[in-house]
Amino acid sequence: MENENFLRRNLPTILWIAVIASIYFVFSSLIAPFSGGITLNSKIVIERLQEIGGFLFAILGGLAIIEIYFYQIFFRQPLNRTATIITRVIHSALGLLTLTVIIYFFDLTDLIKLGDNAIGRFVNLPMDFYTNLQDFLISSKIATKDSGKMIAGIILSLGALALFAIIQLISKPKNSRAGLAYLLIMPAFIGVLFLIIYPFLFEIKLAFSNASLGTQATKNAEYGLIFGWENLKALFTGSVAKDAKFFEVFWRTILWTGINVTFHVLGGMGLAILLNRPLRFKGLYRTLLVIPWAIPTTIAAMALRNEFDSRYGLFNILLGNLNTWFTTVSQNTANIVGIGNGFAWLAATIGPVSWKQDPFWAFVSVLMANIWLGIPFMSVIILGGLQSISQEYYEAAEIDGATRWQQFRNITLPLLRPVLTPAIILGVVWTFNKFDIIYLITQGGPQEKTDILVSSMYKAAFQFYRYGFTAMFALVIFAILFVFTLIYLRTSGGLKSATE
Amino acid sequence: MSTNPIARFFRWFFYRARGDSPFKTILIHFALIISCVIAVYPVLRVVTISLRPNDTLLTTDLRIIPENATLNNYKEVLFGAPEKNRQSDFFLWIWNSISVVAVTSVVSVILAAISAYAFSRFRFPGRSAGLVFLLTTQMIPAGMLLLPLFIMIAKLKMINTSLGLIIAYAVTAVPLTIWMLKGYYDTIPVDLEEAALIDGASRLTVFTKIILPLSTPALAIAFLFSFMGGWSEYLVARVVLQKNGIYTWPLGIFTFAQEFTVSWGQFAAASVLIAIPVMALFLYSSKWLISGLTLGSVKG
Repeated sequence: MENENFLRRNLPTILWIAVIASIYFVFSSLIAPFSGGITLNSKIVIERLQEIGGFLFAILGGLAIIEIYFYQIFFRQPLNRTATIITRVIHSALGLLTLTVIIYFFDLTDLIKLGDNAIGRFVNLPMDFYTNLQDFLISSKIATKDSGKMIAGIILSLGALALFAIIQLISKPKNSRAGLAYLLIMPAFIGVLFLIIYPFLFEIKLAFSNASLGTQATKNAEYGLIFGWENLKALFTGSVAKDAKFFEVFWRTILWTGINVTFHVLGGMGLAILLNRPLRFKGLYRTLLVIPWAIPTTIAAMALRNEFDSRYGLFNILLGNLNTWFTTVSQNTANIVGIGNGFAWLAATIGPVSWKQDPFWAFVSVLMANIWLGIPFMSVIILGGLQSISQEYYEAAEIDGATRWQQFRNITLPLLRPVLTPAIILGVVWTFNKFDIIYLITQGGPQEKTDILVSSMYKAAFQFYRYGFTAMFALVIFAILFVFTLIYLRTSGGLKSATE
Repeated sequence: MSTNPIARFFRWFFYRARGDSPFKTILIHFALIISCVIAVYPVLRVVTISLRPNDTLLTTDLRIIPENATLNNYKEVLFGAPEKNRQSDFFLWIWNSISVVAVTSVVSVILAAISAYAFSRFRFPGRSAGLVFLLTTQMIPAGMLLLPLFIMIAKLKMINTSLGLIIAYAVTAVPLTIWMLKGYYDTIPVDLEEAALIDGASRLTVFTKIILPLSTPALAIAFLFSFMGGWSEYLVARVVLQKNGIYTWPLGIFTFAQEFTVSWGQFAAASVLIAIPVMALFLYSSKWLISGLTLGSVKG
């Protein structure tokens, strides 16, 4: 009975496993005849799984220990005086240990430099113990070279767990209202601290340094206010990447953001209004129109890059065809005054364009690409907003004799605001930061005439290796966005409603 | 009812809505068809190029199915060309991408699901500060933390490993996911949980038996979001991964995509192979994706 229940309860899981396994087997037997030409093999797959599995195991284990630590702080109360002392001692010892590990990590990644003094050696103690334990395990043949790290880690965690067990035995439960909440947000919060706060601090430190390729990044870098001042001065007076100056790139970024968001909103609004009515083939249109959003950006950017080729790209082929057509028409209509001249003028003006050499057209090309990519998102968002507006408003307005424009002005726009405002704000921030299109299509060229701030920063870091300078650059960009956000929050009434 | 098929088609096509005249309906269809062509044609061009035989890659032909169409490019991308002594890295790149992105998404959804529950259901000191802080992290340009992260990853000796890339991707995935899931949990009535708690259920039971099943759609959306975010990412991957063996597919196909060369046809073929499942998934799930996008901002 129990067994039958178990089977029935887990049937979906079992089926899924069976499906995945059979897909795997069918797939591998299908590609088996070609395996000579394929570099992926089961060895690589298994190695990667081991690598990631070990990593996840370490992270989850570490998080679990921290969670238990704080659980006992929040939810356990020592039974008597001696127990209190023991608990306090264990807790402080473990806390101190964690603190040294954190400082060791700071030292390892060059956020702070301790050198070879007493503090430095003290901070290194836990890590030394860990490596010694590893060596001992390997030399005594308990562990192999690969598994040494893991087994040593497990032994240390078991030690910590034993300490926790002692505390658990000499304590009684205690109630804590906020404790559970803190325990729940802790894992994510540790992740955010490690991934965002720590790099942010590091960035500030870097901004006041002369780190570059010459100083081997942070290894031989010097720090001081003077370097920060110099980075700042270089940013505003010198070139940001190679040729371009800061303000030139800054205005181009504003232009880039403004043009893109305007076209996204206008185009999206237009399509949404067209689609927001009973219409045959509506589903088909919607599906087709979403395609630029659905296609992976990298693919779209690289495909479009070649469409801007001067001879074989789509746009120049089309422009060339137009030119030929205008020329023929102007020849045929040459004796009709006005029309003939008009077509001759068109033939002279419209023609293939050098998308890659001419800075203006290069900028137009990246704008076209990004507008093409961004309109579907906006139109989908706006369509969602439009569909939530009740038809009754329009019916009432129609009875009162309002024109279509008046209806749009006084019903549609105000009711779209809750949807439109956040979409525009997000659009501005995203577009300001979005440079993969630029980087993949023009790489900022020609002569960095299509670079925006973020792409210049990327180049300064990873093409010219000006690390200290880049960090200061990043802080300035962050400040610009921060001011923008503050202004927005001031005008829109703050985040109160979102965080209530 | 008229039996004239033309008249019936006419009525079927121009069914009246808000008093649109047939002429206006035709105009609307015309505008939509033009937009669809603009949206779809550049994508179709990639398919066209992938079908071209190598000797006619350079052409000003605008047809969608080229002359002498061939699937040779697909064969070479997938299985290499043993006769030219060239091996295919395609499956390797896909595997690299999947392993990185799947781990990032799973971990960030698990972490976010737990902490979003706390943000949604508990009132504790530091709650709103924490939420505002998470929102502020979205203002940090993605490229901005790249340099310190890069140095950190390098110091931890994780350059050229998938672990480094997992760390870099988690930066953007976690805070956004927390916000989205918090917005969804807020829409689940608290009464359900309170009833269960009164009946003696523990918080853990409430979370796993009530909250998680009810928020399956939101969890799926959150997973899809972080998956899509990392799946076609190029710039961060380029910095962290610097040798061919561990390239993710955006880096991989970029090695094909150097201007119009022979491998341009292979680039197109690889793109089609990658884009079709992604686009199918995207179009299939777009309804939920959109509702997910507005979840976080509904209250804001």
